[in-house]
Amino acid sequence: MKILICISNVPDTTTKIRFVNDNTAFDTNGVQWIINPWDELALTRALELKEGSSGAIEKVSVISVGPQSSEPTLRKALAIGADDAIRVNAEPKDAFAVAQQLAEAIKDEGYDLIISGIESSDYNGAAVGGMLAEFLGIASVSSVSGINFESGGFQVKREIDGGSEMVAAQTPFVAIIQKGVAIVPRIPSMRGIMQARTKPLKVVESSATDNLTEFVDYELPPAKAACKMVDPENMKELVNLLHTEAKVL
Amino acid sequence: MSVLVYTENWDGKFKKLSFELVSFAKGIAEMTGTSVTALSIGNVDAEELNKLGNYGASKIVEVKDDRLNHLINGAYSSIISQVAEKEGSSVVILSNNNTGKALAPRVSVKLKAGLVAGVNALPSSANPFIIKKKAFTGKAFANVKVKSDKKILTLNQNSFGVKESGGSASVEAFSPSLNDADFKTEVKDVHKVTGKVLLTDAEIVVSGGRGMKGPENWGPIEELAGLLGAATACSRPVSDEGWRPHEEHTGQTGKIIAPNLYIAAGISGAIQHVAGISSSKCIVAINKDNEAPIFEAADYGVIGDVMQVLPALIDAVKSFKSEN
Amino acid sequence: MNFELTEEQKMIRDAARDFAQRDLISDVIERDYKAAYPTKHIVELSALGFMGMMVDPKYEGGGMDTVSYILAMEEISKVDASVSVIMSVNNSLVCYGIQKYGTEEQKQKYLPDLATGRKIGAFLLSEPEAGSDATMQRTMADDKGDHYVLNGTKNWITNANSASVYLVIAQTHPEKKHHGINVFIVDKDTPGISLGPHEDKMGMRSSDTHSVMFTDVKVPKENRIGEDGFGFKFAMKTLEAGRIGIAAQALGLASGALERSIQYAKERKAFGTEIANHQAIAFKIADMAVKVENARNLCLKAAWLKDQGKPFAIASSMAKQYCADIAMEVTTEAVQIHGGYGYVKEYHVERLMREAKLTQIYEGTSEIQKIVISRNLLRD
Repeated sequence: MKILICISNVPDTTTKIRFVNDNTAFDTNGVQWIINPWDELALTRALELKEGSSGAIEKVSVISVGPQSSEPTLRKALAIGADDAIRVNAEPKDAFAVAQQLAEAIKDEGYDLIISGIESSDYNGAAVGGMLAEFLGIASVSSVSGINFESGGFQVKREIDGGSEMVAAQTPFVAIIQKGVAIVPRIPSMRGIMQARTKPLKVVESSATDNLTEFVDYELPPAKAACKMVDPENMKELVNLLHTEAKVL
Repeated sequence: MSVLVYTENWDGKFKKLSFELVSFAKGIAEMTGTSVTALSIGNVDAEELNKLGNYGASKIVEVKDDRLNHLINGAYSSIISQVAEKEGSSVVILSNNNTGKALAPRVSVKLKAGLVAGVNALPSSANPFIIKKKAFTGKAFANVKVKSDKKILTLNQNSFGVKESGGSASVEAFSPSLNDADFKTEVKDVHKVTGKVLLTDAEIVVSGGRGMKGPENWGPIEELAGLLGAATACSRPVSDEGWRPHEEHTGQTGKIIAPNLYIAAGISGAIQHVAGISSSKCIVAINKDNEAPIFEAADYGVIGDVMQVLPALIDAVKSFKSEN
Repeated sequence: MNFELTEEQKMIRDAARDFAQRDLISDVIERDYKAAYPTKHIVELSALGFMGMMVDPKYEGGGMDTVSYILAMEEISKVDASVSVIMSVNNSLVCYGIQKYGTEEQKQKYLPDLATGRKIGAFLLSEPEAGSDATMQRTMADDKGDHYVLNGTKNWITNANSASVYLVIAQTHPEKKHHGINVFIVDKDTPGISLGPHEDKMGMRSSDTHSVMFTDVKVPKENRIGEDGFGFKFAMKTLEAGRIGIAAQALGLASGALERSIQYAKERKAFGTEIANHQAIAFKIADMAVKVENARNLCLKAAWLKDQGKPFAIASSMAKQYCADIAMEVTTEAVQIHGGYGYVKEYHVERLMREAKLTQIYEGTSEIQKIVISRNLLRD
């Protein structure tokens, strides 16, 4: 069995978001880039599964679409424990183009389980995993909050409104995961960082693909009015304000 | 030509979000001079289906198939695409909920239609098609141009609102062509929690943070939520500590919600938390630290110990309820 | 010249930061209050490879350079100097000393356990009457032919209780003065070793410090490191390297205090605006930032010299003295910026200030560093 994790390279979640060039581009100045938080949880879970599979899962790979400057993110994934990495050498334009490029790069690689995060924390497309499954013509299960490997197959837990379902999927399939598959991401160890030096990181060129959407410009949310303070001894007033002023009660 | 909207049902019933989706679709249909077709998959009775007409659907395509009792991404996305082709739909609309997130990307590839996920409002321009969406998890908005002829949009819950238009709709049955390849997943077991207000559906959310000190102190949060018909939520440290289940984690890497009223008790308001709740219509923050960043995001603030403020608030809500 | 860290060095810094900001921070205040040893955290830190960062991979170490070690020490120390002192003693005194001067047999026997944190090491030099003046060793190691017998008392020993492996400095030939001193690897469970009570310290309270008493403790001859009489030189050389670690610890205390002060100054309001907009505060922050930057550069320079195989004794003394002194200054200013909040435990800076004080005292006081630096400059 082989598992592939799709990795997105995103600004650190504490980044203060600013734009340049008349608000047409994200200001990357001074930005720390990290592995998309959901992708990091996916990788953490995949490694746990591999370690507990007595060799049945022989490989965990990572893939990303991005220019060379995004390589440290893949190298970090290798340090965390992925066995090898693929970088599709292209500027990620939109989810459609990225999914197409990923599909192109892995269609003959024989992965049994492909995992992607529910969305990326930058453009919040929430789309690459599902699109990739469609391009590859394979099943997808989304809102996955748990993955187990038992008797040679994968069982996933899918969140539904007010509960969850256990879903069996024929391999290969794409699991689109959210929080729950793992709780905290694994931190790379010194040994992992050392081993990452020699792990394979393959760069593949992308065939031309057309993006269907483009970002025209950005805006920041309007400033919020100042918070109105209410005396803690006077909760009646708060209820009254919520009723008459905010009209939410 | 039409705008196609997929209206999911829950045990045969629609929810407010279904009507909101149709209302939104109607808005786009008006901009583009077309009409709204709603797609319903599963067993929904005629009376329930007819409600969609009231929000602007002029036609309802109904698909019934016993194999579709659970969400199967392959089959469902194939049906949506077939109906979109049949109806000549140029815009397909789904909710940005779990189901919409599962299906929209697959439909996008099938129809070669550009997808904009998580929109809040009508497009600013129909031609070229430009629409605003949230980006950077609520820290910014982006105006996105869709270049393809067909477009797919997913709408954030509680962002557009419900607009009745008083019309009625015709219902037409449709038999999609499905094959085995569309059924590669199978639901083995279902676990449902009943009797709780769903966080994503809730009009009011009462949320607790680390300031609650421990899971044993959640009584007032649950009591207040019960009184207000609200859902309960929590901040990330609370779910990481295992004080509350992960389904309640609200914030950038948890659930993104937009209720009418969000009450944050003992939550300091880290940037990642605020990103998940900033679309709430009204935010109330209760915290003993007057420097807590949650007050920057809040509309109303109470500086005080949650363990004293919450019971007082509960009493005030009780007397409000008895008077109104 | 190049001031850029390598990708790997950044990754190590980030790993240490993630661990500190996620795991150590969760109970650091409570452990400080209760003077509780960070057992769970040391296990995690060991699993991540932070206990033997610079040990050769053939002895199960991380094989990293000193610069990486400095970066990790700074990040851990921003949050928890108790953990970083445990780490520092193990890495840059015990592992370093054995790897640099031990025999192949000693390395094979001890390094894998120490580098992976399966065992913790302690460095026993200070005595009740031999602190800064390490030549005055009163602990005796009598040569009995095939073994030595140790008698005496060691003071202020970090990891005294948690450690299983001691490096003990003791006098064999008093007539030769410091040329008669030896160093031994001693298993803590050897009969005749007993501990004094847990020291109730002002800071770094979560690390375990005790005095250690030796009563007729038999140590096999093969556990001596180096030639007969090498002990004093061993201690001085090892401390030269160890100082870089303590310098980085002091740097972390200062930069941690600076980060907290910046955040606080941007949030806290007084006289109608954030206090960051008051020049009195803004200038304090500027002064603190310059000191921290200088300190970091001195640390990295000393580490770089060591990694290049160049002499680093003066650089490490300069780094240790400067970092420790500015750590005291910067953490004190951080408390001042925080006002009343700075004086209570919840805001961390008072603890950083208490911990900074120790960096001016141990592994060579600031005054001793000035002796080292000035002697070097002034000798003919």
